[in-house]
Amino acid sequence: MNPRNLFEKVWDDHAVRELANGQTQLFIATHLIHEVTSPQAFGMLRERNLPVRYPERTFATVDHIVPTDEASEPYSDPLADAMIKELRRNCEDFQVTFFDVDTGKQGIIHVVGPEQGLTQPGMTIACGDSHTSTHGAFGAVAFGVGTSQVRDLLATQTMALNKLKVRRINVDGQLGPGVYAKDVILHIIRTLGVNGGTGFAYEYGGDVFDNFSMEERMTVCNMSIEGGARVGYVNPDETTFDYLKGRSYAPGHDLWDQAVERWQAYASDPGCGYDDVVLLRGEDVPPTVTWGINPGQAVGINETLPVPTEVDEGERAGVEEALEHMQLKAGAPVKGTKVDVAFIGSCTNSRISDLEEVAKRIKGHKVREDVKAIVVPGSQVVSLIAEEEGLHEVFIEAGFEWRAAGCSMCLAMNPDKLVDDELCASSSNRNFKGRQGSPTGRTMLMSPVMVAAAAVTGEVSDAREVFTK
Amino acid sequence: MSMQNVTHITGRAVYVPGDDVDTDRIIPARFMKCITFDGLGEYLFHDVRFEKDGSRKEHNLNDSRFEGASIMVCGSNFGCGSSREHAPQSLYRAGFRGLVAGNFAEIFFGNSTSLGIPCVSASKEDRDKLIAAVEANPQLDVTIDLVDLKVRFGEDSIPCEIREGARDSLLNGRFDPLDELLDGNEQVNAVAQRLSYG
Repeated sequence: MNPRNLFEKVWDDHAVRELANGQTQLFIATHLIHEVTSPQAFGMLRERNLPVRYPERTFATVDHIVPTDEASEPYSDPLADAMIKELRRNCEDFQVTFFDVDTGKQGIIHVVGPEQGLTQPGMTIACGDSHTSTHGAFGAVAFGVGTSQVRDLLATQTMALNKLKVRRINVDGQLGPGVYAKDVILHIIRTLGVNGGTGFAYEYGGDVFDNFSMEERMTVCNMSIEGGARVGYVNPDETTFDYLKGRSYAPGHDLWDQAVERWQAYASDPGCGYDDVVLLRGEDVPPTVTWGINPGQAVGINETLPVPTEVDEGERAGVEEALEHMQLKAGAPVKGTKVDVAFIGSCTNSRISDLEEVAKRIKGHKVREDVKAIVVPGSQVVSLIAEEEGLHEVFIEAGFEWRAAGCSMCLAMNPDKLVDDELCASSSNRNFKGRQGSPTGRTMLMSPVMVAAAAVTGEVSDAREVFTK
Repeated sequence: MSMQNVTHITGRAVYVPGDDVDTDRIIPARFMKCITFDGLGEYLFHDVRFEKDGSRKEHNLNDSRFEGASIMVCGSNFGCGSSREHAPQSLYRAGFRGLVAGNFAEIFFGNSTSLGIPCVSASKEDRDKLIAAVEANPQLDVTIDLVDLKVRFGEDSIPCEIREGARDSLLNGRFDPLDELLDGNEQVNAVAQRLSYG
């Protein structure tokens, strides 16, 4: 057989048949659901009196609306309370496993899936959330879908899809000190554009990815959609297998060797074809921050903001609109921009290694008095490990609030919101206008360590200069 | 949902400016705290249309000349960001039945198609012609013609494109795939049995 890339192998294995309009009916190994995009889908199932076809392949948690500073129900927001109760009812009625808030396993769905071992190489995965691409870090092919497709998946465990093209993005060489996975993906999006990936799956590889931990790979795959790519993945290797070993839903001891053999076979074959190849160097990636209103509007920490008259005509209006919303001056250095809020969390950067890395740096430092700083672990499991390691004490001592697990201020569907035109240094994934809960609120995306540096100095800073130890 | 063949969408049009209009802008997340899609129409482009105190901003969507428009004309990469079907649902419930843009974000395009909302692409130059005609005469009838792949307005027309599979689904009234997916049940079982995930 001709050499194939991972995407082609997974697609071929899961293709059920061609549909009348030329799309493929694709079988989905694992369907993850949450409270925001599933209730309408369950409603449609009830209307048509359909069961969930494979409840044992369907897993739920609650993440978007959960308060992070209020543990007891009913929640003070009646809409949020109605949503968690609706998910609970749907999971009970349709026999779906629900990682509820009292299980110790609740958290952001893209943190929970991997840590429970549900995300495995060679699988197709879908979830009604665009950051489902996160799961591609394991060599899975993972799609964000809308609610009608959630309905299709509940009813049939399949969905109708067009095959994607595959772009290999190779980052060779080494990252400099103080440069993280978040910087790599912000750099990729800055280079290829926010719609550069439309119609593509991104296969990430090269030295930098070979050396990355699973959590770093997840950070990059997570933001594929911000570059327009619905799917992003890394080929599975020993790092992947080591991460999975012993996790609740991973294959047990008896089946392990067999599973690893199967997983290895999914990796892209040497000499396989790609529809496009992009070559980047790790040395060229600076600590990167966004200055605008989409994730492609980013600069290195030592660069200046663009000047509308100096950019391509097609981009001019976008740059002007972004500078106006952000209240930033054309041509000014990005460093030194005053920050009101610091948020460490989200499905991009809320895992244990993110928290460990920040805790290591902020020991002995204090959050500036006029900055509100919060840390929101990605899951109850992350939270527990962090507390066992004493990280929560380091954060609290430094002046951060230590919160319970959830999506929180990434999209502000819970009480954690920006107020008025506050500017937030954020480890999340989107800087769209109004994203963090206030229509005039401002977001600058960066790595968690850069967020911590901003929290300490009260302005966008080069973490390498703030944390010199 | 009973499906009809979608061959033409005719109505008045409104221009919503800007490239990279994201789904948070189409429907801000705080309005997604709901368990049905029913009330979403009124929140369409909420923060683009309203100030914090509820007063109306100057925007085509608040301009009475464009009231009742059912076709939206937009920039490129429309619908980028989240996978929320709430975005096309709010457009549909606010009366929009077709979109003309430079191009569309992948997930938004699929979500819209499955609701029977055609999303057609046209060049900037051609869209500028359409926009000029509509702004000069907001009462102008605009037709998205999926048979001939043209957007017609007055005596004029511009070419447009749409992915062939989506066009086929719309023209033949099979844009909601659920029944066809259910028909494949036996083959689905066979694939599920063949695949072992350990």
